Amino acid sequence: MSGKLFRNFSFLSATLSFFLLVGIFAILFTYAQDAMHAFGIDFLFNETWEADEDDEGGVFGGFIPIVGTLLSTIIAMVIATPLAMGIAIFLTEIASPKISKGVSVAIELLAAIPSIIYGMWGLFYFAPIVQKTVGGDGVGLLTAGIVLAIMIIPFMASITRDSMNTTPLVLKESAYAMGATKFEVIKDVIMPYAKGGIIGSIILALGRALGETMAVAFLIGSVMSLPHRITDPTTSIPVLLANNFAEAQDLEMSAMYYLALVLFVVSFVIISAAKFYFFGKKAK
Amino acid sequence: MAESIVMDVRDFSFTYPGVEKPSLKKINLPIKENKITAMIGPSGCGKSTLLRAMNRIHDLYPGNTYEGEINLYKANGEKENILKIKKENDFIRLRQEVGMIFQKPTPFPMSIFDNVAYGLRLAGIKNKTELQDRVETALKGAAIWNETKDRLNESALGMSGGQQRRLCIARAVALKPRVLLFDEPTSALDPISTGAIEELIAEIKDEVSVVIVTHNMQQASRLSDYTAFMYLGELIEYDDTEKIFLNPGEKLTEDYITGRFG
Ligand SMILES: Nc1ncnc2c1ncn2[C@@H]1O[C@H](COP(=O)(O)OP(=O)(O)OP(=O)(O)O)[C@@H](O)[C@H]1O
Ligand SMILES: [Mg+2]
Repeated sequence: MSGKLFRNFSFLSATLSFFLLVGIFAILFTYAQDAMHAFGIDFLFNETWEADEDDEGGVFGGFIPIVGTLLSTIIAMVIATPLAMGIAIFLTEIASPKISKGVSVAIELLAAIPSIIYGMWGLFYFAPIVQKTVGGDGVGLLTAGIVLAIMIIPFMASITRDSMNTTPLVLKESAYAMGATKFEVIKDVIMPYAKGGIIGSIILALGRALGETMAVAFLIGSVMSLPHRITDPTTSIPVLLANNFAEAQDLEMSAMYYLALVLFVVSFVIISAAKFYFFGKKAK
Repeated sequence: MAESIVMDVRDFSFTYPGVEKPSLKKINLPIKENKITAMIGPSGCGKSTLLRAMNRIHDLYPGNTYEGEINLYKANGEKENILKIKKENDFIRLRQEVGMIFQKPTPFPMSIFDNVAYGLRLAGIKNKTELQDRVETALKGAAIWNETKDRLNESALGMSGGQQRRLCIARAVALKPRVLLFDEPTSALDPISTGAIEELIAEIKDEVSVVIVTHNMQQASRLSDYTAFMYLGELIEYDDTEKIFLNPGEKLTEDYITGRFG
């Protein structure tokens, strides 16, 4: 009886999440119609974002925020992935249990800090450091990418650590018993064993970096210009949406839905591609 | 014919970190070359602890106390007290000479071929033909060549439990160790797979000296040449298997093998 109830309930929740996904897509798609008709696929490659004087129409293209989103995310992932792996390996295989526990708590706390605080810290403390060391205006792609990396590292590291910790002791011991060194055990046994969890953590972090608004809004510069150097300010999709949503009307509003749709589709495609590619491989 | 000794445990005591009393007390046990030595005794008497000392796998976790000696005799007659080993390289060499098979099968998350080739590659063998030859020989030796020859590149995780155990034996045998330590290699295994593994162990003793921990008295008596009976961290009796099972010298031993044990 209660088993049936539970089954129905979980079935309902599962279908609900599917309908939510479809529903969100449908709404974005509907509201984006005007912009899609006006600009078509060229929207993706057009650098202009200008409303007419009367605010009724204008020319809107998503190229700059799309590039800004992708670049800041790539910078963040390139920095965060190796560091997070290193931290996870340190915590599971190298540090003494006591140190490991202390560091783990610190990392979990870091993961719980709201992103706006990372944004403020990044702007007031970190941006000047970036400016001093590599030049530029302080705010820009690089600063946003680095702070994004700092935000997603704790999250990636703790999921990776958890999945590395699931490696059975006997499995590690068997590798040592064949004459493996610690490094070889990590590389050949623990990493492959934890692969699913590691990839999962990378995908989730990627999703978070793609959609992060607050911290990036503080740090990327929020200007509509294409970056030519890594330190240049630019903008990203979520930042543009957050900044312009209040005043936008008609066609600009529709263009923003178009951008949101692009972000939605890009996140969806990246995440499902990663999932199918890696999990498909693993299941083999 | 005098039987030569490959390993020799002398007055060996072992204490886990944070434990006051030693878990092994003054153990003396010879391991004869190309023979099967069985270790029997009730749960918690220290069989695994002794086995895990013989390739120093204990040392993956810090803080153990060793006393006494465990000597490994080289082919050239030289002896080495393995309790003196400190450097990682020497541990690796020791573990290549004294292999270990665990209670549960532990295939690595890689292909069947790579599982068997793993230790060989670690040992520095890179030549493809040599690797292939030795993997094939090892799989044949472990009697799973026929089942695996067409799926060498598939993941070892897809094999049955019994096959995985034989794969793990193949993997260890491939390294040509001098001694192989088995910790309950057939526990929770059906009779047919158990038979297959026992047969395998009986065959490989031409190549390596075997120490096997078992809770199965029939297995010990069927398989082994010598038997050591342990109780509460002490070695109570060691002798020819026949003698231990037919005419034990100690009352404790007799009680245990006849099942009259609390
Ligand atoms: N890591 C450890 N730390 C502290 N004490 C331990 C540890 N491992 C085992 N012991 C203790 O050492 C003693 C011997 O354990 P061991 O595992 O060697 O027994 P065993 O003969 O292999 O038993 P079984 O037949 O159940 O496998 C036991 O009293 C056990 O509680
Ligand atoms: Mg045991």
